[in-house]
Amino acid sequence: MTNAPSVSPQPSQGQVSGLVNPRWAGFWQLLLARMRELKREPEVIFWVFVFPLLLALGLGIAFRNKPADATSIAVVAGPGADSTLTLLAKAPQHGTVHAKVLAKEEALKAFRLGKVDLVVEPDGRGGYQYHYDPARPESVLSRTQVNDALQSGAGRLDLLPVSFVVSSEPGSRYIDFLIPGLLGMNLMNAAMWGIGFALVDMRQRKLLKRFVATPMRRSDFLLAILSSRLLLMLVEVGLMLGFGVLIFHMRVLGSVLTILLIGVLGALTFGGLGLLTASRAQKIETISGLINLVMMPMWIFSGVFFSYERFPVAIHPFIQLLPLTALNDALRATILEGAPLAAQSGRILVMLVWGGVSFLLAMRWFRWT
Amino acid sequence: MPVRYNASMAVAIQCRDLRKTYDGKVEAVRGLNLEVQAGECFGLLGPNGAGKTTTIEILEGLLAPTSGQVSILGHTWETHSRELREWLGISLQETRLSEKLSVLETVELFASFYHRPRPAREVLEQLQLTEKADAWVGKLSGGQKQRLAVATALVGNPKVLFLDEPTTGLDPQSRRQLWDIVREFQGRGGTILLTTHYMDEAERLCDRLAIVDHGQIIAEGSPAELIARLGGHHVVEFAASNLEGKAPEAWSQLPGVESVRHEDGLFSLSVREPHLTIPALLDAVEQQGSQLMHLTTRQASLEDVFVRLTGRHLREE
Repeated sequence: MTNAPSVSPQPSQGQVSGLVNPRWAGFWQLLLARMRELKREPEVIFWVFVFPLLLALGLGIAFRNKPADATSIAVVAGPGADSTLTLLAKAPQHGTVHAKVLAKEEALKAFRLGKVDLVVEPDGRGGYQYHYDPARPESVLSRTQVNDALQSGAGRLDLLPVSFVVSSEPGSRYIDFLIPGLLGMNLMNAAMWGIGFALVDMRQRKLLKRFVATPMRRSDFLLAILSSRLLLMLVEVGLMLGFGVLIFHMRVLGSVLTILLIGVLGALTFGGLGLLTASRAQKIETISGLINLVMMPMWIFSGVFFSYERFPVAIHPFIQLLPLTALNDALRATILEGAPLAAQSGRILVMLVWGGVSFLLAMRWFRWT
Repeated sequence: MPVRYNASMAVAIQCRDLRKTYDGKVEAVRGLNLEVQAGECFGLLGPNGAGKTTTIEILEGLLAPTSGQVSILGHTWETHSRELREWLGISLQETRLSEKLSVLETVELFASFYHRPRPAREVLEQLQLTEKADAWVGKLSGGQKQRLAVATALVGNPKVLFLDEPTTGLDPQSRRQLWDIVREFQGRGGTILLTTHYMDEAERLCDRLAIVDHGQIIAEGSPAELIARLGGHHVVEFAASNLEGKAPEAWSQLPGVESVRHEDGLFSLSVREPHLTIPALLDAVEQQGSQLMHLTTRQASLEDVFVRLTGRHLREE
């Protein structure tokens, strides 16, 4: 090394172009390239933007709040079947019961297959036997309804005067619960795939190696990837909320700014997790498995499609420590209840810790080659 | 040393006793020394798995050597990596650039990483990619993709160009186009280090060569020097009937024969003066009572040098 003469850096190609790149040229070009690639990938548009809306639409329709669910029952054919139908028709609740007469065997088969909620078997002497399943809520409900209908049809009088107030406000429906959950899940999916998968794909293609063979700043590269995620996040939040408001007349109580701040935090949290997941994997098959492994528990526990209140109370504290739970809870509290950011410090902390620790570990372990 | 190299005669690339051991077991590079002068086109020639790519990636600062020193343009990776990155242009063996970006977008992206890049369109013009400027990378042919890979290396206006197997898998026309690009870069004063397992590429393109085998340099010099060192400048190959009993060494007694090889029934003689050897060979065959089935004579090539040195062919796959 001692006698190696130092070569003064003279321009080898003769002409000097005079072109000088500003400090952030690399970052902007990387961001531009990333956005162009995403825009030109129809699958990305579908999975990131269209699919969550389709999911919301499908689930919103399937679980829409129907006016007092009508129950389907079977009446066993034989003496007394006709008078049963007459009694039901006379009852004030007659609109909520669909009854059909079937042979006993047919009726029990229909009950077993879930086509009817209850089988009513007249005993021929004016009495009835109900076949119901105590483990099926609709079956229990049907028994009560049908019994009431038959009794009042037969002339039973209610002893207490009662009246009803209808309460079906937007905000308490399933779709209101669902939309923030889908939004949270979508932010997780898009970040894990859009960052984790994309990075491993670039590593497998030796593109990361090619990039670090240039004077590109590695921080610029990672910043560009995260920035592209944040830009897409804005579109995702806007689309999902706009969809909920326009199609399902959802009411957004919290401020848009707060919702976006939570969105930014969520996108960065899962961006960090995506980065960590992708830090070593060499093949896209490996990263696909890892991403699903990371996301699977959160799909189930974090209250996307149903409330985690359904799980035993003992594990609630653990569920609440999952980043998607924190994100979903924060989105729901803001969108549905109008909670300010200050009231959600616990959830914000959970996300910050997950994102921050993931990012730091990823920086330690990340392989460019 | 002829004065055709860069006037400064400075050392552009130097490495001493370079070693690389993977996982403490596989010795990919075993004590390799190299000195490439500024303005030179230097080739690492060797079969697959010889350690060429490991060597070039260590020189490029992409792999850390297990031991040994590397100096590029008088600087080391430890102290001047940022400057070196600005001065080097690199084309890796297999990079799949983003398929959904256009050629121009790709070159502009790479240009943005350098402090003082060349205009992207000028580089495309030089590499005959102007027509394809707006085409997506995924739609390019193999030769065009390889030229684009070199374009991303040239757009930073490098002083040293590293090319790892630049023409592998390309058709003859695309290969010649790439050779022209390399010569043009050298013509403007650039230094090139390339790896190849094509003899013709090494012979035509490189001022000097190092033949690499099992992680070591087994011969070094200009293509002509290496061929001359083989002993003869010509190779006479022949096959004849009923020669099973005759030892290959017997042929080395013929006038002008430097060395003999026997492979699959074919004898190869390295000879200095074929016009003396061939009549004697014909007589000898006749005396044996056998019949000549095949006879060719050709200029010796680097392939012959490699076979002579290692007993194997370059492209044994």
